[in-house]
Amino acid sequence: MKPDLTVAAPQSMPSARSSAFSDFWRALGAVVWKDLAAELRSRELLSSMLVFALLVILIFNFALELDANTRANVTSGVLWVTFTFAGTLGLNRSMAIEKDRGCLDGLLLAPVDRSAIYFGKAVGNLVFMLVVEAIVLPVYSLLYNTNLFNPGLLLVVLLGSVGYVAVGTLLASMAVQTRTRDVLLPILLFPVVIPVVIAAVKGSGGFLQGIPMDEIIPWINLLIVYDIIFISVAFMVFDYVVEE
Amino acid sequence: MIVVNKLVKRFGLKTVLRGLDFRVEPGEFVALLGPNGAGKTTFLRILASLSRPTLGEVSIAGYRLPAQAGPVRRRLGVVSHLPLLYGDLTAEENLRFYGRMYGVPELNRRIGEVLELVGLAGRRRDLVRTFSRGMQQRLAIGRAVLHDPEVMLFDEPHTGLDQDACNMLDNVLREVASRGRTVVMTSHDLARTADLASRFDVLSRGSIAASTHRDEIEPNQLLAYYRDAIQ
Repeated sequence: MKPDLTVAAPQSMPSARSSAFSDFWRALGAVVWKDLAAELRSRELLSSMLVFALLVILIFNFALELDANTRANVTSGVLWVTFTFAGTLGLNRSMAIEKDRGCLDGLLLAPVDRSAIYFGKAVGNLVFMLVVEAIVLPVYSLLYNTNLFNPGLLLVVLLGSVGYVAVGTLLASMAVQTRTRDVLLPILLFPVVIPVVIAAVKGSGGFLQGIPMDEIIPWINLLIVYDIIFISVAFMVFDYVVEE
Repeated sequence: MIVVNKLVKRFGLKTVLRGLDFRVEPGEFVALLGPNGAGKTTFLRILASLSRPTLGEVSIAGYRLPAQAGPVRRRLGVVSHLPLLYGDLTAEENLRFYGRMYGVPELNRRIGEVLELVGLAGRRRDLVRTFSRGMQQRLAIGRAVLHDPEVMLFDEPHTGLDQDACNMLDNVLREVASRGRTVVMTSHDLARTADLASRFDVLSRGSIAASTHRDEIEPNQLLAYYRDAIQ
């Protein structure tokens, strides 16, 4: 049976484009809603990320006997080590949920642009990561007696998280299809995400140490550039990564 | 409805499908039989647009794969031995999620119809992880027919089900097929497929070794036919 082309012909190009656009946003919204609804019920992903992050902070607290000056220098490093490791747990779990009952196939069978699935998963992962960061930052402030409520620092945390999640979601989609997914994700992710982590550590450290803005701006610009690059690359290659 | 010409699928050096030809007319219910490792699941994944052919032509409802995968996916419903459902969502939430992914109009009404069809209307607000394997498989069929597809692909849907659950699943399969849909189902269970399918194709060593219609063979001769074909 040949497709009836006369059905498609009267549809003008702008309306076809707007339909594809609304399909994209509808699918993206559905994936985000599904991830948040499932996590609100199970709390598996958030609780594991949070417990892990708080344990790392506690271990650093006991391991590093720090005076006030040294503390200002290492705070950004400790924070980003914590976010990076906890984030890996979350990314692995988020994609493992898709693989466990074959749900990834269910997503890929949907007649939507696959980048909508990627962005849906990435937005969900970003929300989880930001929730963990929103809890870890005040706890760190209490334990280390350091004021972290600096708008500049929060901006760096947001930009760093976006870059980390953008590339992490892509690589987690790749790693989840292998038998060694738990081990493979950090091995794939950490070398690729190093530029984001370095820029985030330098930017965060700059705000915490009160360095002039002229010296911090390049790191923030670098973060923005990496965010754009990682999101663009993921947008272009996600389809190939998830297909056999 | 489904036309496959000289399909080849290789994974590295291993060739799983070797020049497979396959054709299904609209409304046919084809049982794809074959031993383990014959390539049934690989073939179904290619039809489902989840895997790319190495060589050959595949078209469904006039659309070619993988180039026109979007329109094909809109016309396909797929049920595998995994349910493709989220355990931490309720039955209704799972259908709502897939309904939004497929852009199903009047979604609330359609979800109600589908839950009635698969006999789970009374469990619509229960989490899927609390369902038995048979109930999950029935809901998986509900998920697959939610957008009213023209073509249904079933990959060993009876796997892991007890006798009662198999009988209930068969009733749902008959109901799905009776609505004029084209169905391709892989299975090891010859007795069940003998009751359900209108045509039997045997896949062996990567190609269709034999094909017969239901009215050309006695139900009790299907096993002998199958054994002859795979030798």
